[in-house]
Amino acid sequence: MRKAEVSLEASSVFRAAAAFLFMIGLCAAQDRNPFAGDSKAAKAGEYEFRINCALCHGLGAHGGGRGPDLTRAQKKHTHNDAEMFQTISNGIPGTAMPANGTNGQGVGMTDEEIWQIITYIRSQEVKSAGTSSGNATHGKELFYGDANCSMCHMVDGKGGRLGPELSGVGGSRTREALIDSVREPNRRLAWGLTESTKEFPQEYESVTAVTADGKTIRGVTLNEDSFTVQIMDSNERIHLLEKDKLKSFQKTRESAMPKYDADVLSDKDLEDIVAFLISAGAK
Amino acid sequence: MNGTHPMGVRMKIVGAGMLLTVVACHAQVTFDRIVNAAKEPQNWLTYSGDYSGKRFSRLDQINATNVSTLTAKWVYQTAATGKLETTPLVVDGILYATAQDNRAFALDARMGRPIWMYQRQIPSDIRPCCGRVNRGMAILGDKVFLGTLDAHVIALDAKTGAVIWDVAAADYKIGHSFTVAPLAVKNLIVIGVSGGEYGVRGFIDAYDADTGARKWRFWTVPGPGEPGHDTWEGDSWKVGGAPAWNTGTFDPTTNQIFWPTGNPSPSNRGEGRAGDNLYSNSLLALNADTGKLNWYFQFTKHDEHDWDATQVPVMVDAGGKHLIAQADRNGFFYIVDRTNGKLISATPYGKQTWSDSKDADGRPTANKNAAPTLEGHTVCPGALGTTNFMAPAYNPQTGLFYVTARDQCDIFSTAPQPYEAGHAYYGSAYFPSEEARPYLGFLKAIDPQTGEIKEKFQHVSPTWSGVLSTAGGLVFSGDAEGNFIAFDAKSLKPLWHFQMGGAVYAAPIAFAVDGKEYVAIAAGSALFAFALP
Repeated sequence: MRKAEVSLEASSVFRAAAAFLFMIGLCAAQDRNPFAGDSKAAKAGEYEFRINCALCHGLGAHGGGRGPDLTRAQKKHTHNDAEMFQTISNGIPGTAMPANGTNGQGVGMTDEEIWQIITYIRSQEVKSAGTSSGNATHGKELFYGDANCSMCHMVDGKGGRLGPELSGVGGSRTREALIDSVREPNRRLAWGLTESTKEFPQEYESVTAVTADGKTIRGVTLNEDSFTVQIMDSNERIHLLEKDKLKSFQKTRESAMPKYDADVLSDKDLEDIVAFLISAGAK
Repeated sequence: MNGTHPMGVRMKIVGAGMLLTVVACHAQVTFDRIVNAAKEPQNWLTYSGDYSGKRFSRLDQINATNVSTLTAKWVYQTAATGKLETTPLVVDGILYATAQDNRAFALDARMGRPIWMYQRQIPSDIRPCCGRVNRGMAILGDKVFLGTLDAHVIALDAKTGAVIWDVAAADYKIGHSFTVAPLAVKNLIVIGVSGGEYGVRGFIDAYDADTGARKWRFWTVPGPGEPGHDTWEGDSWKVGGAPAWNTGTFDPTTNQIFWPTGNPSPSNRGEGRAGDNLYSNSLLALNADTGKLNWYFQFTKHDEHDWDATQVPVMVDAGGKHLIAQADRNGFFYIVDRTNGKLISATPYGKQTWSDSKDADGRPTANKNAAPTLEGHTVCPGALGTTNFMAPAYNPQTGLFYVTARDQCDIFSTAPQPYEAGHAYYGSAYFPSEEARPYLGFLKAIDPQTGEIKEKFQHVSPTWSGVLSTAGGLVFSGDAEGNFIAFDAKSLKPLWHFQMGGAVYAAPIAFAVDGKEYVAIAAGSALFAFALP
């Protein structure tokens, strides 16, 4: 009886000490993942990921239209678990990545749940993904030269403004997504931000506006509402227009980007351009 | 009769309003005043303007001929971030509204100058779904009432904002919260809980307006031995959801409260909760004094798409019948006989793929392709629904029902998920379907007699704005790009717009002070009021 009591006491002291140590672990949570390598935590993280992250980052963390592929070991904004914790908690300014609990869709996550998600993402990482067999030096020549990419796209401050800026795209999109958007630019117009994270709806839709005095303006929308439209034309001039003062206004879901099929740009040359974008994005 | 003397009619109404302003100044807001809200159109006494839920203002000083001159009169910055979903109340020149993070305030309705401000401290471990929002207050006597994100119901002194009573309705730590504007009925404050994303067991409560004592609670998921309990598998009822997070309506002639309910939990997984899952996604008719159920009508049985039926049930009388019109999140426009809950018609008012047949009662039934799968597949409408919580309006003069609608399809996926108290409980999730882009947003005018869409206005993108209709032949609504727009109530042609600089998640109201009509709406972080020059 007495022995049992003693052992009970000892065990509760031990439990209290263990709980205390765990609390310290959680207090220091900003630095270290308490669940690193724990497969049960990774499973719990998968539920949370589906609810909170998959909307942009895709099921299995393979990347969606908006969010980067997180199965790549190299990540642009985070180099370790502690940084990833900060990124998930606070979002990334200037991008569509919202702070925890502010995307208006999912429910905010506890610190514990964020660590579970990080554990899940780590369990999904594929070390070799995101590389290209292409020749980045040749790809760079093509990008700024014969392939005419830089007429509309900018990388590292050099190039045009009509299409999306591509300095970081190789760091956030998969090789397959990059190839697809060159071969089939209409398949998926760049995703604007939607719903509560919507700040800027730019989708690079092609527009043609005819002004009251008969002038035709062709370009892409910078922004639009029911009554006004802001257009950049092919000479990078910005036009600020009121729709009810226009003779006509037409918008298509065709991308302003020409379709590069294999007889315009060979598979090998495209692979080289992709290699250039991935090397630029890794910076 | 045919509009040859519109000015005369307007003068009469505004004149009556002025008289009432003088008479009613400093008078308490009695239950009778709310029942007869139509007699004082200068005030906005309850969430939908009156008990019927029509969100129709009898003011007509601002009308189709002069609305093009409408100007901003004041802007009140709340300092809140996120989605401002509030519907203000206006009583005798004072405007009462709420904002995110448990804020409430009173303003001089002519000038926008604050009279008092209230904010309740939020516990640090709170994680309400879908934003730290609030949709407004109720007023009764000399008190205003709000629900909080940490699941308290609070009565404030309408003159000072001081707390009169404060009741914890439920435990926020396991996912309960309030975002709804309460409804004041007789001497009761009626309020429904949020938390369908956490597997709460939903309820609707009624509190004594004087003391805060709870007078009744209706569990929206029946317990053992209660009718409907057998529509839940095993213990799934304990975490069955069916929250009640939008404001209902009230019929004084039958003493019935009509209150809609939300999704069963987990929202995207039906496995483990086999059955109809009553009373999720239903319209409930409750006895106002006892909270006892008179009848129910379930819009979506055994829902797996997060299609809460939490839309305002609008009381409409037509063809000698007493009806409820509800444009449901599942894409169908329902007409229900409000004397007995029998379905009269269900007509699609947007893109839907989940139903191609009806049961013996005429209720749309799910087809075999509707259920979510592990890999996910496309169903329309998406999880956000054809409409959502945004308030609709009904205009007795045009006979049209106005609703904000969206055409969007989502990929619904499902995966097993164990329940854990206080943690999100969805059973996986949904993703916007790329094939369905661009997503389309509309203001639609529906003839409730036939379900036919008479007119529509297409927004540049879907909006979360509610709708107001007025006797001035106008419909007001906002858009995601920040515009506040006045439409012709018959043609839905835009007649006026103002860029407010922030997306709209709220519904407009109309009121008058000193004979001058205003329309007000929240956008971005601010509240805006407009009037003629």
